[in-house]
Amino acid sequence: MGTRVVRVEDPRLLTTGGTYTDDLREPELTGAAYVTFVRSPYAHARITGVDVSAARGVPGVVEVLTGQDTDDLPAPADGNPTAEPMLAKDAVRYVGEPVALVVTDGRYQGEDAADLVTVEYEPLPPVVDLEDALRGETLLFPESGSNVLAAAQDEGAGDDAFAACEVVVEHTIVNQRVAPVPLETRAAAAAWAHDRLTVWVSTQNAHWARDAVAGGLGIDPSAVRVITPDVGGGFGAKIGADREGVAVAWAAKRTGRPVRWVETRSENLVGMTHGRGQRQTFKIGGTRDGRITAYRLDLVQDAGAYPRMATLLATLTKSMASGVYDIPHVEAYFQVAATNTTPVAAYRGAGRPEATAAIERAVDMFAAEIGMDPREVRRRNFIAPDKFPHTTPGGMEYDTGEYAAALDRVLAAAGYDELRAEQARRREAGDPVQLGIGLSAYVEITGGVPEIGETARLVVHDDGTVTVLTGSSPHGQGHATAWAMLVHDELGIPMDKITVRHGDTDAIPVGIGTFGSRSLQLGGTAVHQAALEVKERAKELAADELEADKADLEFDTADGLWRVRGTPDIGLDWGRLAQLAGSDGLAADVHFTSDKSTFPFGAHVAVVEVDAETGKVRLVRHVTVDDAGPVLNPVLAEGQRQGGIAQGAAQALLEEVLYDAQGNPVTSTLVDYPFITATELPSFELVDMATPTPLNPLGVKGIGEAGTIGATPAVQNAVVDAVSHLGVRHIDMPTTPERVWTAINEARTGQ
Amino acid sequence: MIPATFTYRRAESADHAVVLVGEHGDEAKLLAGGHSLLPLMKLRLAVPEVVVDIGRVRELSFIRDLGDQVAIGALTRHHDLENSALLARELPLLAHAAGQVGDPQVRHRGTIGGSLAHGDPASDLPAVVLALEATLVARGPNGTREIAAADFYRGLFETALEPDELLTEVRVPKPAGAGWSFQKFTKRAIDWAIVGVAAQGDKVALVNMGPTPLRATAVERALADGASVEDAAQRAAEGTEPPADLNAGPAFREHLARVLVRRALEESRA
Repeated sequence: MGTRVVRVEDPRLLTTGGTYTDDLREPELTGAAYVTFVRSPYAHARITGVDVSAARGVPGVVEVLTGQDTDDLPAPADGNPTAEPMLAKDAVRYVGEPVALVVTDGRYQGEDAADLVTVEYEPLPPVVDLEDALRGETLLFPESGSNVLAAAQDEGAGDDAFAACEVVVEHTIVNQRVAPVPLETRAAAAAWAHDRLTVWVSTQNAHWARDAVAGGLGIDPSAVRVITPDVGGGFGAKIGADREGVAVAWAAKRTGRPVRWVETRSENLVGMTHGRGQRQTFKIGGTRDGRITAYRLDLVQDAGAYPRMATLLATLTKSMASGVYDIPHVEAYFQVAATNTTPVAAYRGAGRPEATAAIERAVDMFAAEIGMDPREVRRRNFIAPDKFPHTTPGGMEYDTGEYAAALDRVLAAAGYDELRAEQARRREAGDPVQLGIGLSAYVEITGGVPEIGETARLVVHDDGTVTVLTGSSPHGQGHATAWAMLVHDELGIPMDKITVRHGDTDAIPVGIGTFGSRSLQLGGTAVHQAALEVKERAKELAADELEADKADLEFDTADGLWRVRGTPDIGLDWGRLAQLAGSDGLAADVHFTSDKSTFPFGAHVAVVEVDAETGKVRLVRHVTVDDAGPVLNPVLAEGQRQGGIAQGAAQALLEEVLYDAQGNPVTSTLVDYPFITATELPSFELVDMATPTPLNPLGVKGIGEAGTIGATPAVQNAVVDAVSHLGVRHIDMPTTPERVWTAINEARTGQ
Repeated sequence: MIPATFTYRRAESADHAVVLVGEHGDEAKLLAGGHSLLPLMKLRLAVPEVVVDIGRVRELSFIRDLGDQVAIGALTRHHDLENSALLARELPLLAHAAGQVGDPQVRHRGTIGGSLAHGDPASDLPAVVLALEATLVARGPNGTREIAAADFYRGLFETALEPDELLTEVRVPKPAGAGWSFQKFTKRAIDWAIVGVAAQGDKVALVNMGPTPLRATAVERALADGASVEDAAQRAAEGTEPPADLNAGPAFREHLARVLVRRALEESRA
């Protein structure tokens, strides 16, 4: 625990390269045909006819399937009018929605054949922005009677709390829609043989993908084997198998021929779910000496065209609304609205970055209003360390937290007072390049449905090697390294003798997967407990064999032998113990569950330079404390923080998915969707802090999403801070040069 | 992201390329570094019947000192421009600007001829050759002709080249010791310029301020009339038609042009 171990995954990834779904050359996929989807060019339209005859006539076309062909599949979700079909049949609700698919011998033929599928559309008015959705003149699902798919509404209960405040600040901000952009786009392959489906899919959880395929096709889950090869990033958008993944499996079963599919980047930018997409109105009130006494958040969550996880996102934002602050009166409301855009689902943080973004902007605006340093306002309102476990007004039970200590530590590392002095100097000199210092303090919820836990099976083989079968599902995190470390820590077996297997539903019948920063605290704990069980069993076996008392046995990590204390000449190695275990094997199965979530926290300081003439922002420093409890391997934890910070900064500075008034995506290539690159980022300064949780034996919380949650508001606050002396109170994300320039102009002219 | 079917022809020489485009006329597209054409083909925004690949015509890749001017072959890669000792000495504006194009991968593939002939007003090098008052050399079925850079750009993605002509060379006069500056304003390093300014002495050209790259003639006139840098730069947006896109609206571009021209003139005179 805590050792800086180089990732065992990397030599292969950096030399021969990984094997991603599109790289698979398994015998079962020999002669595989290619699936190409026909996607809607309209944001909202009725489908009045589909003519596949021209496409069928093209050489190389194996099959053309449309929504009409799905009639013998199970009806989606027991009559739910908002259920997402596998292929649109009656109506399309976003540009890029799959309408048909063609199966061709060659990949290139698919693109041409897809062009020849003629779909007749009767365009309907598109519902693009949230105002249109709430107005409800056009409904995406007329049977539902509203575009608001779920809501937790204001009943005016909090008016008194605000009436008692000396200062109240109210503002509406946008937490813009962003695209996950994993390096590996979505991909799947499938083969139907001997009444069983084998599906290879790029996913964060093989077992949920298996259940999605089985449910979609109306076959028993035992007739589906899902295999997850290397996965090139998911960020929440590869949970389960999307409709395309199910459709690929269906195409293999229908045609009896193995098929494969990998989407193009343009397809990915419209077909993969997006993240965020909230309009937030906050109201924050308190005293002139910096005590916050009331906070209210009212948000509209853009669900996109189908609900998917949007209600969960809004619920998480509502639950986490008050963040790290001890505020007597907190209320939060939401409406989840359907629009004719790509569906919105989980994206690194999923609902928690949105909550943090809102309250961290609110606290800064409150601080500006009363003329107090934002550091001081935060210090005066943190939940005190002696109040844990702490139940918030939102009903969350925070396990452990040292919020003030995290902020003090990061401010010391950043040199906060010196930064403020430098800022003052530049302001006084009228320097065209102004300095901005942004703070954020955050707490988030991790564990991703801890009640369903995670599985591990550990087997010691006769040759002394170990196989770990995990239900967790790495897609870049480094599970193979981490799980081997956990086994090594308890059993002393060298890491190169430990193989970690994941993502095969035949080999691992039960598993959940990787999302919600859950892997180490659930899957890792399961591995840890399996190692403990194996160790106990080994002790029993050794005691029998050496005719000694269990209590007298000791394990020597140096030579890997079990010995009776004081008898150095005789020892048993792991292979021998595995042989002694006989047909039972030296193995353990663990399904670790937890009835409570963990709450990592931290504080970030972003330093930006803003060219006040052009509005261009440069992130020059980013200093963070991200406390997720004890760290198993700093290499992995720092990697998660680095990537998370980069994605958080990207949302604050650059990224936004945009549509035109007709619902056409205008950011569907990487020319127009400005993902961040290393050139735009400084080296991050990561400060250690580890406050354990009592909720699992390792004391660990999740680290995967923390960087994003803390970074986004810190960077945004820094940009506003840089130009606040010019009268700017707020700039929506992304803080592009034009927006910064416009904000300065408006402040100057008093608009 | 998969192009429509096309016929691929590889040119063995510049003359061979002229013959091949002559055979196919409007149906043919010349492929050099491929960094403009291939993305358009993948998106099926360009659907040429024939692609004539001139990527291996080595005779068109050179940088030569001709005394009072420098001759640059159309197939010279940005990377070679960026790292040429001759250009660093004689045409530092061009060498520097070439080093600002895209990213290292783009600069190893993209060519000066491709960039100039594509006619994208957001590209860097067209404005640079305007500020340097270069001459472009085209070869067609009837031989070669020279076109002044100022006459080369006709409209959005439209140049003075005939469909059966091949841009073979750029001739750039050596500026007489005047200072230079290249200001490229982007959100990210790899982006096209939202607005760019190339200045060589008192000659100033603008990137992405209209359907074509253009000279900031009002600025140049003001400087000639003895205006201060500050005052001359205020006229940077005169006569421009800046586009509106995801990065910026016309008003912001006009503002950027004024700021960047001022900075360019300050830097080139420093």
